[in-house]
Amino acid sequence: MIPELGHFSLIIALSMAFLLSLLPLIGAYRGIVTWIVFARPAAVAQLCLVGFAYLCLTWSFLNNDFSVAYVANHSNTHLPLIYKISGVWGGHEGSLLLWILILSGWMVAVACLSKSIPAILSSRVLAVMGLISVGFMLFTLFTSNPFERLYPMPIEGRDLNPLLQDIGLAVHPPMLYLGYVGFSVPFAFAVAALLEGRLDSAWARWTRPWANIAWMFLTLGIALGSWWAYYELGWGGWWFWDPVENASFMPWLIGTALIHSLAATEKRGVFKAWTVLLAVLAFSLSLLGTFLVRSGVLVSVHAFATDPARGLFILIFLSVVVGGSLLLYAFRTQRLVSTVRFGLISRETSLLVNNIFFGILCFSVLLGTLYPLILDALDLGKISVGPPYFDFIFSLIGTPLLAFAGLGMLLHWKHDMLSRISIRLLVCALGCLACGLLLPLFLPFYSVAVAIGLTGGGLVIIMSGSVLFDRLGKGRVLARLRTTPCSIFGMIVAHMGVGVFVIGVVITTAYSIERDVRMEPGDSYSIGPYRFDFEGTAEVPGPNYRSIMGMFDVYRDNEKITRMKPEKRFYLIQDNPMTEAAISPGFTRDLYIALGEPIESGPAWAVRIHYKPFVRWIWLGALMMAMGGLLGAADKRYRKLGGRISGEFIPVRPDG
Amino acid sequence: MHAARQFVPKIKMLVILLGMLTVAHAAVALDSLPQFQDSEKQQLYDQLIRELRCLVCQNQNLMDSNADLATDLRRKTHEMVGQGQEYDQIVDFMVNRYGNFVLYRPPVNPATFALWGLPFACLVLVALIVAHYFRRQATASEVILSTESLHQANRLLGESDPES
Repeated sequence: MIPELGHFSLIIALSMAFLLSLLPLIGAYRGIVTWIVFARPAAVAQLCLVGFAYLCLTWSFLNNDFSVAYVANHSNTHLPLIYKISGVWGGHEGSLLLWILILSGWMVAVACLSKSIPAILSSRVLAVMGLISVGFMLFTLFTSNPFERLYPMPIEGRDLNPLLQDIGLAVHPPMLYLGYVGFSVPFAFAVAALLEGRLDSAWARWTRPWANIAWMFLTLGIALGSWWAYYELGWGGWWFWDPVENASFMPWLIGTALIHSLAATEKRGVFKAWTVLLAVLAFSLSLLGTFLVRSGVLVSVHAFATDPARGLFILIFLSVVVGGSLLLYAFRTQRLVSTVRFGLISRETSLLVNNIFFGILCFSVLLGTLYPLILDALDLGKISVGPPYFDFIFSLIGTPLLAFAGLGMLLHWKHDMLSRISIRLLVCALGCLACGLLLPLFLPFYSVAVAIGLTGGGLVIIMSGSVLFDRLGKGRVLARLRTTPCSIFGMIVAHMGVGVFVIGVVITTAYSIERDVRMEPGDSYSIGPYRFDFEGTAEVPGPNYRSIMGMFDVYRDNEKITRMKPEKRFYLIQDNPMTEAAISPGFTRDLYIALGEPIESGPAWAVRIHYKPFVRWIWLGALMMAMGGLLGAADKRYRKLGGRISGEFIPVRPDG
Repeated sequence: MHAARQFVPKIKMLVILLGMLTVAHAAVALDSLPQFQDSEKQQLYDQLIRELRCLVCQNQNLMDSNADLATDLRRKTHEMVGQGQEYDQIVDFMVNRYGNFVLYRPPVNPATFALWGLPFACLVLVALIVAHYFRRQATASEVILSTESLHQANRLLGESDPES
């Protein structure tokens, strides 16, 4: 009964979304006020209905209702409670429902926080988002219904994929989806502006905090995914340029370009058409990412054939959304010409450079991800494009980007002179270069990549610091702290995060020590100053698995620092061995032990021991970037959006 | 290219024979091959097992895969490195056997020119467009300033005509 109620609720939500996407648009076109103001309550209604459907599915999970096929495939009576809740998004159907729920949540957020925006614009925005909901709900109901019943009802469920039985992966998809779906807001704003044929700096001011928040969630989601892969997959890496990773990385790259381009559009009214295009692209790539990851197309083009209905729907939906918005863009873009000029040496130029580089980086990722599929389809042979290719492109194109990131923050808008900041530039650049070139001398061996990375990362951090000094340095710090806009701090923190991230990446990549060794109880193995003593293994029961736990005592210079317990788990239902690495985290190094297989079923084990210097800096940097995005969106000027904004605020009348 | 084509069916057959692609194994792939005493050899081996892929896995290199094939290939790589073979020799051997699919570093050949070249071509193209924009803007602003608007501005400012 409950699953049917959920199913029914989703169907009503679909009709609500249908009305939401039609009435306000027609109302805006014809000037019918009641149809325009219908958008907000409709959005709230949609959230309630979808939320109810979602709760129904969760209820089925909690009550082990295995007559629901989706629950039977992704749960089990022995599954711990938290994974029953997160299991709702553990498969294709449920994650689509989560997607729709989050989209509805963003819609209500827009409805509540857009009171100061002209009603006609906010209702158009909601209508566009409603249109996206319609597509997703149709897809869910017709091809991927999570409420489908199973007969005869199995006695026991097939359990959640053990990989997903982990707190990191429980939180990762919602974060990622908050980011993906969050880009639907700038997208909807962009389409609404195209429909209206007007885009001013007020539009950019309304859109910017939404883009920032979406970007923040996407950053957190990707960082969580990377962290999860690091500790859960047992290989000790943090990024593999897997197509699935790339699918989430592309919207991030374009989203990064978007938040920078929006800054220029808001402050100076430049790059209008470009900003709109980026908003469209960021969301299109998010859609692509959502579908590609779940559809399996990335593994092989032929995966489409396994479920033609889904594949066909995805193709049609993508082409309607992407093609439709690009068509609209092509027709309306000439109205968005920016007339403002700027000099070669200016903040605008540096933001332009940022956009060019991020655009090309995204293009390279797309190219590298799809190239094997294209060659295969043209029957030109099978190739693999992996880390060596992407590392090459990113180190070549990313390095100059670091220099521009540092420089851009110091430049004034419109027109600036390098001579104004030349002394500071020279001091910073030479200082960083000296540090970058000299520091690796004190590290285990000299590496040019490390020297370049340290120089670049250091430069961004120092430049951000010097912007901070400009703001606060010259006395009366507290007073200045209050008057400095929040978004300046956002910019500084985020860019420092970039520097921290880069330093973490180069040091981990160059100086990690990874050893696969054979160890018997009583053996010890040393890496640098660390000694790992293998005490032996013990069997430990778990709720839905049994585990073999290895015991390692770790000594640094003969002083015991920690005891590490890597596990090898055997999940009873899915019969999968899983590696639970033991990690001893630290600010400047991680120690990492993964248990392999027993060798010749004797007492000896294959053990992987890693020493990973500065690996935490990678996620610390990502956290700082996300924090910067949040600070940027929290700026006071986005909260007093009322009619008091002079000149720029133009009330919009229904145009017919 | 020819070698690659020849071996494609072989891979496909292999994949079919194994029934399915091994999906992201979460168990760590380890074997107890001895460390090389020579650190250069160890580095070469470490690099190779990262750059060669497991042919029957969804997307894993030799280092991370615990498929049987990957174990065999690790052994083979270890053996060849031990015999003192160079990076190119070992890669050639693998490509001859399994085609370019085995390499995570795509070779540079006519089929992959676009892959390696397009990002940089784009960068150059965009740089040219931007340079053109700034040049045009510089000349455009000169033109505007040197005609009517300058006179008008001067009149509005109540100054005398600069030419008089």
